[in-house]
Amino acid sequence: MKIFKLFLIIFIIFPINNLKADNEVLKNKITKNLRCLICQGQSVYDSDSEFANSLKIVVDNKINEGLSEKEIYSYFQSKYGDWILYGPSFNKNTYFLWLLPLLIFFVGGAIIFNILLKKQK
Amino acid sequence: MKNKILPFSIIFIFITIFVIFYKGLQNTNIYTPNSKTSFEVPSVSVKLFNSDEIINTLEIFNSDKFYLLNIWSSWCVPCKQEHPILMELAKNDNLEVIGINYKDTKKNANNFLKDLGNPYDYIIFDNKGINAIEWGAYGVPESFLINNNKIIKKYTGPLNKGSMEEIKSFIK
Repeated sequence: MKIFKLFLIIFIIFPINNLKADNEVLKNKITKNLRCLICQGQSVYDSDSEFANSLKIVVDNKINEGLSEKEIYSYFQSKYGDWILYGPSFNKNTYFLWLLPLLIFFVGGAIIFNILLKKQK
Repeated sequence: MKNKILPFSIIFIFITIFVIFYKGLQNTNIYTPNSKTSFEVPSVSVKLFNSDEIINTLEIFNSDKFYLLNIWSSWCVPCKQEHPILMELAKNDNLEVIGINYKDTKKNANNFLKDLGNPYDYIIFDNKGINAIEWGAYGVPESFLINNNKIIKKYTGPLNKGSMEEIKSFIK
């Protein structure tokens, strides 16, 4: 009977621990993708400022409330704007930022292609 | 003709980059994020400082009066600086001053109010700093002017005489 009880306890505790560990991984991932707005060049995860510590608690609460990663990002975006996210969303202010590397890639590719074509001739 | 396009495009790219960086030199290197002021009062449950009662924020900001929400703390030196301005603004009948006590202890906060006076009609107790996040705040002190459930102006840092005059002109 004792062994049965022990198994039962392990059976109950183990999945909860797992769940908590999953939440911790998700929390770390989210806080690494949020910018600490009052620090210079630090993520919320890296910072130990009052602001960052409060944000970590809010992220924790939101995960426990069952919000998805995307929903948590959009929550913070609605409060602080795009600047809080390390990956800025694609909109009229950021399209140049997103499309410039592609543009450079294609123009550069075209130049290289042109040079190779000329050499072949 | 083709041979000319390449040098011209290189020169064009360099001139563009030069103009961007030259213009950038004139900007300040201290970045202040755009403060969002157009959003509505968040509807969240909060704990009141004096009674420990839990109420919704919309119950506090329920009339068509002007409200000044001020985030403060007893350990924050600039909060002491702006306190006389809050006391002055609290005299206005058309304005209610609401406080968020940020990451503080009740004992220290009470001593602070005893020494400097209490301008607040309500105080929200936010010992973890999570209510301040709902308002999009960065820290202490910070103030929001609210009318009809909308934030119409945000003041980051201590209020000064200039901001006091501005608030008075809003609530006239």
